[in-house]
Formats: sequence, C-alpha cells, structure tokens
Amino acid sequence: MEKHVPISLTVNGEPVEERVPARLNLVDFLRQNLSFTGSHVGCEHGVCGACTVRVNGQIVRGCLMLATQADGTKVETIEGVAASGEIADLQRAFIDHAALQCGFCSPAMLLTAAELVANRPDADRDEIRAYISGNYCRCTGYQAIVDAIEAVLVARRKDGLS
Amino acid sequence: MKAPDFAYVRAESLDQVFDLLAEHGDDARLLAGGQSLMATLNLRLSSPTLLIDLNKVPGLSGITETKTAVRIGAMTRHFEVETSPIVARHLPLIAAAMPHVAHAAIRNRGTLGGSIALADPAAEMPACVLALDAMIEATGPAGKRRIRSDDFFLGMFETALDPNEVLTAVEFQKSQNGWYWGFEELARRHGDYAMVGLAAMIKGEEICEKARLVFFGVEDRPVLARAAADALDGRRIDAEAIGAVKTALASDLDLHGDLQADPATKRHLANVLAERVLSALVAV
Repeated sequence: MEKHVPISLTVNGEPVEERVPARLNLVDFLRQNLSFTGSHVGCEHGVCGACTVRVNGQIVRGCLMLATQADGTKVETIEGVAASGEIADLQRAFIDHAALQCGFCSPAMLLTAAELVANRPDADRDEIRAYISGNYCRCTGYQAIVDAIEAVLVARRKDGLS
Repeated sequence: MKAPDFAYVRAESLDQVFDLLAEHGDDARLLAGGQSLMATLNLRLSSPTLLIDLNKVPGLSGITETKTAVRIGAMTRHFEVETSPIVARHLPLIAAAMPHVAHAAIRNRGTLGGSIALADPAAEMPACVLALDAMIEATGPAGKRRIRSDDFFLGMFETALDPNEVLTAVEFQKSQNGWYWGFEELARRHGDYAMVGLAAMIKGEEICEKARLVFFGVEDRPVLARAAADALDGRRIDAEAIGAVKTALASDLDLHGDLQADPATKRHLANVLAERVLSALVAV
C-alpha cells in the first residue's frame, strides 16, 4: 500500500507526470508543485470556493479532491482558461462593473461564472446568485459580481454566442 | 497539505474493496465523491490509515429505469442526477431537492451513494430517499441485499450497512399519478446544510390516503413524521389539517439544537415548513 502515487494528467494542456503523496490535495499540487498560484486556498474544507479548478471540463473544489484522483484527467486552472480567451468577456465585465476588490475570490468566481454562462445561457439574476452561492466574496457584497455575469449573459445572448 | 498521512488504493473491483476492508477494518475509509470525507480529513476530524478509492470501480455509476423503478448507481454524481431526464420525469422530489445540495462545484463531484452512506442528519438526499420509501442496495463479500430506507438510517452518521459492505445503488419506485410532492429547506446561505428541511410525498387526489413527511436537520437522522402522517390520514389538506400536523409534530420531533439554532427555533421552523410544503404540493 503506497503513500506515494504516480500520476499522469494534463494541466492547462501540458502533460504532467509526477509522483505525489496520497494525501496531497489537488489545489496544493497545482500551486506548490506546478506554481499555478491563481487557484487560491481559503478554508480548505469546501466552504469558500476559492480553490475552484476545472477537471474534465467541470468545476470542482480543489481542496476536496486528491491530486492522485486527477490521474488521467484534464485539469484547467484560471491561468489556462484566461490565456485561452474563453472568458475574456467575463474578465472585462468584472473590471467594468467593479466586481472585484482584493481579488482573492476572482479566479474561482470567474471559473464558476464561466460554467454558468456556458450551461445556462438563459439564467436570470436568481439563478446567477444560486450558481455562485458556493463562492465567498468578502469585499463586493456580490451585487457587482451578479451585475457583471448578467451583462455577459445578455451580451452573449445578443451575439447568439450562447 | 493538512490531511493526515494515509495510504491510498485506487480500487479496480468490489472484490478488491472487500479484501481491503477485511484486512484493514476500521482503519480504512471508502472514498466516493469525497465532498464530506476530504473536508473531515483536512480538518483532521478523521484519520484513516487507508483510503480505498471507489471512483475507478466499474459498474457503480449510472441511472437506469424499468417499467416501475429507477435505479441510481452509488457513484452517480449529483450533477448527473440533477440533469437526468429520467429523474426529472419519475422522481420530481429528487430533482427539486438536488439544487439545494451544496453548490455546483460540489455537485459535480459528490455522489448519491456517498451522501446516503454518510447519513448526515442535515443532508437532503437521505431525507428524499426516506420520503420515497426507496430500497438501498448493499453489496458484501457474500452478495447483495436490499435494505428498506425505513431501516437504514440508525443515527448520526450511522447506517444499517455492515462494516464489510459497500452501498452500491439506490432503487426508487417511480412516482405515480395521484401522488404529490413538496420540498423546502431553510438555510442561511443557498446550498449550506439546512437548519431545518422537509421532503414530502403525499398520495390522494381529494383526501390524503398516505403521507411520508421527512424532516431533516432536526435530530440525529432524517425523521419520518408518523404522527403527522396519521393526522393527515383520510383528510382534505386544508388549514385545519395543517394545524393538526403542527400539533402532531410536537410528538414526532425530538429536536436537537445545533450551532445554527436552538430546539425552540427549530420547532418553529419545522412548523413553518409544514405549512409551506403542505400548502403548495405539486402533482407528480
């Protein structure tokens, strides 16, 4: 029975092979082993949402998944998703609506918002609030974040993008 | 890295899981979606020496239907259940409750079987399973057995599963015409554990023939309110009947206070939910 496990995965499109301690969680692996520090570590027990990353295209809590469980998966962090241009409109809207202040929650907030606008293009403000309910922001009071996401939904609907 | 040091096995078959459970006993924990277990590990509330990961065991996931029943494999993610047309059509109570289970990122990972096997008294799925009178399939080295939900939840994080068994599926009878459902919970933040919640299944067009009212977040397990169901039996569900339910709840619920609310507050909230749910039942 091993306390270290070999894993092989892709992170932001790059293949990664490592041997990791079984107890290492995914977000620590991404931050400490791979230096993708855009995923933040807040509560470390699944409440704050700051550690949100994508695994096989779906957002997950990086603190509630072991790095070893990411074996064979495709992991994306805010660095990869932002660089791809996929969320450029969300990033712009967050700036325009002052939907961030200290920025600690922003990468996770953006990944959560990206999943919402992709999966639920017709979402209204209540649905936006429900969808981001798992992400704490201690600065903005959420109003501006909901405004920003709503603006992107409206713009994408107008452009027929979603 | 805050979790205690443990060994890890990515199990490839149930037989391998049974062997490991036999060898390691209480020192081993099964890892399903991990959305509760990982938190307790990070907080060092539990310190197993071995984690047995079920995620690569074939055959534990998926939603299938027969003419009368829906079977949901234990490792089926909440997200799959939430978006399943079979569940939406035949188990509307589950479909309505699912958005209240934590948050999108957690539902992408958490599993139905994990939630039922953990038996958190404030969780939605154990209450829904009980309201729907579902059967829980447990598999052990000697084979499968089915446990009625009424007999499954024994206490705080305690179930009828034997130490060498794995919860492998939950089987629901399809909700039929003539049945009504209702679901409400009160939580401080959407997706948090409920302060009090109610999952209800009621049979009867004009008068109530059968009722399963299950409260959660109230005791050490989800509670089937039997006196409240008796109070509804044979009656039209009107203001008077709802009043009788509230009176009956005083004997049904032996309320436990927790960090969120004391017993008196919870009793008030349980009455509020009874009124809301019974006033707005939805036809299956």
